[in-house]
Amino acid sequence: MHRFANPARFLRLADAILPWCAGATLILLVAGLYLGLFVAPADYQQGESVRIMYVHVPAAWMAMFVYGCLALASAVALIWRHPLADLAAQAASPIGACFTFIALVTGSLWGKPMWGTWWVWDARLTSELILLFLYLGFIALQAAIDDPRRADKAGAILALVGVVNVPIIYFSVYWWNTLHQGSSVSMTRAPSMAQTMLWGMLLMALCFWMYSIAMALKRLRAIILEREAHAEWVRQLPEVSK
Amino acid sequence: MNWHSSAEFFAMGGYALYVWGSFGVCLVALAMELVLVGRRQQAILQSLRRQAQAEKFDEEAS
Repeated sequence: MHRFANPARFLRLADAILPWCAGATLILLVAGLYLGLFVAPADYQQGESVRIMYVHVPAAWMAMFVYGCLALASAVALIWRHPLADLAAQAASPIGACFTFIALVTGSLWGKPMWGTWWVWDARLTSELILLFLYLGFIALQAAIDDPRRADKAGAILALVGVVNVPIIYFSVYWWNTLHQGSSVSMTRAPSMAQTMLWGMLLMALCFWMYSIAMALKRLRAIILEREAHAEWVRQLPEVSK
Repeated sequence: MNWHSSAEFFAMGGYALYVWGSFGVCLVALAMELVLVGRRQQAILQSLRRQAQAEKFDEEAS
């Protein structure tokens, strides 16, 4: 892993991977939206409002996955002092915040016609809101401390403490009596939905994954340049020296 | 195919506001992030270029 610790080499690698991720995002988006909006059937109880699930469910998955990545990167940064791990955590945090926001808003837009309310303080919704605050707290803490190394460390510790919230979100629908339903997609049993719905959701999830990787690399590129602004290799980059 | 006309598609069985609202919020949030990151990259590149230029002038002056 330390082979990619060299920022100059990482930047070249990111440049090479980025167009592939961007292309995959677009293809998966078209395929996922086509399945979700045109092919998949309406739900017999929810009607067409079930189509909100094609953005809600993948966004909620990403909100948790990205937090897992954020915590993992923070752990790597604190334990092995990998020089890019802190930067990777910083690059990922706005993506996670964005998906958490999307999951909350789309959930609310689904809740109004289906539950008759925009919001309830049920365990799933509340823990998801806490996730948003954790992301925002991480971003704010990073921005509030001037010394970048201290900012990195403080952020990493916050990210690791907050990881306790991820299993709470995931299991909240089983531990508490929530209005929010349990998961309809499972690794261990057959999914309780039509094949086309499942595929639409999985394609959208893959699309969000590719988007996240692309955005993380894109933001990481900018962060590396900001941090290494005084390094000789940055001055010699073709896009700077020309 | 589920839809018989484009009007039916856009009406989303009466849930148009909620369904298109959801897809719209998602699109706007993700697109906004893309724009912000692009601006951040341009800003740092511009400042690096300016710095390189300033150093070049310094060298020529001395």
